[in-house]
Amino acid sequence: MSDIDIRKVVAEELNNIAPEVDMASVDPAADLREAIDIDSMDFLNFITAIHGRLGVDIPEIDYPKLVTLDGAVAYLTAHLKSA
Amino acid sequence: MPSLGADMEAGTLVQWLVKPGAQVKHGDIIAVVETQKGAIEIETFESGQIEKFLVDVGTKVPVGTPLALIRTEGEAKPAAPPAPPPKAAPAAPPKAAAPPARPPGPTLAPPVAAGARASPAARKLAEERGIDLSTVTGSGPAGAITYADVETRVGAAGAPAAAPEKKRAPALNLDAMRTAIAAAMARSKREIPHYYLEHQVDVTACEQWLTQKNAALPPDSRLLIGALALRAVAFACRRFPAFNGFYRENKFEPSAAVHTGVAIAIRGGGLTAPALHDADKLALDDLMARMRDLIQRTRAGRIRGSELSDPTITVSSLGERGVEALYGVIYPPQVAIVGFGKVVTRPWVIDGAIGPRSVVTITLAADHRVSDGHAGALFLAEIGKLLQEPDKL
Repeated sequence: MSDIDIRKVVAEELNNIAPEVDMASVDPAADLREAIDIDSMDFLNFITAIHGRLGVDIPEIDYPKLVTLDGAVAYLTAHLKSA
Repeated sequence: MPSLGADMEAGTLVQWLVKPGAQVKHGDIIAVVETQKGAIEIETFESGQIEKFLVDVGTKVPVGTPLALIRTEGEAKPAAPPAPPPKAAPAAPPKAAAPPARPPGPTLAPPVAAGARASPAARKLAEERGIDLSTVTGSGPAGAITYADVETRVGAAGAPAAAPEKKRAPALNLDAMRTAIAAAMARSKREIPHYYLEHQVDVTACEQWLTQKNAALPPDSRLLIGALALRAVAFACRRFPAFNGFYRENKFEPSAAVHTGVAIAIRGGGLTAPALHDADKLALDDLMARMRDLIQRTRAGRIRGSELSDPTITVSSLGERGVEALYGVIYPPQVAIVGFGKVVTRPWVIDGAIGPRSVVTITLAADHRVSDGHAGALFLAEIGKLLQEPDKL
């Protein structure tokens, strides 16, 4: 899966949580919790959805690595390659 | 038409989810009703067979109006037809040009709605697009307006092409929700003599326990600290019944069941606090699953009637990005609301030495007609104590 495809999946899943947000306009380095106003339940749903779609295991201890768009894409790219 | 909150006077029936003749049992979802709080799924409190509907889709009726006739098992067919429901206020379409009402069926006593019959999805789309339903031609059963009909009308009006599904605004009417919040909160501040307490609690044990437990769990089974908080409040309610129940007709009625209202923020600015039933009895995993489901359904505009009408106490948390303490406004006829601030790392004294600990500020707003600060303090202390032993929650 390419970097672009992963970015698309991440954006789609975030849009399922925050439908009104134009993900293209979100700063890829911004903390998503602030940038698109998601809470801990939203974030858990996001992780669950990503886990379901990409099969990447994301332990809780790694959550901080996924709080930005760029961070999430980098993390998932690395884990999909190593899988 | 059930009352879905102290401030509700009427509701509009938007959809039947069963057909006449269907067998239903207590707790089955049988209809969808539109209220200020959005579309609410209505459960039946009777078991039996749906004899007939007494209210038409699209009709706005006062709270207390019978919606359907259910023949309970063993009950003979009624000799006389049931009394027609009290006069139904016709749903008011925004424009005067309502279409001719559907002719009443031979056995249909209640007045027929002036509003157009339309599916909930069609209604939502029409509202979002500013389309008057009375100007749409229905192609569904009995001339009901379908989603496709509204789409066609949108196209005909030269309105912008429909945005992709996911971009659409939430199903909830936030202006109406604001009106409902205003009514309930104004009543609360007018009638309930609140008192407020706060208590700082070390929740390091909860965090450590969760980290350990969640490490072995897939994401869909992981727990949040909010589930522990809800559980601690529910347990504390059992020991301190003066905070769990309803104040009605100048007296307090404690509740044997603990149905914690969970304050849920709606994207775009809205708030509702549906009940998580029996929060003191469910296993913690089930409690978490139910909380997750409740929050998802609420944000999607799919709350059930009983969840809106019977919370016995409310728990509010502004989350990990919020503030350290929040002072709630009690939702009448409840008598208490417990607030959880965000968890912060603070220097803390343990066994004479200072160390960093995770600390949360828990607040209580309670009704002075029912309890005093002394009892409130014991209640908060109990919640704090319960959070020291998360494995027992």
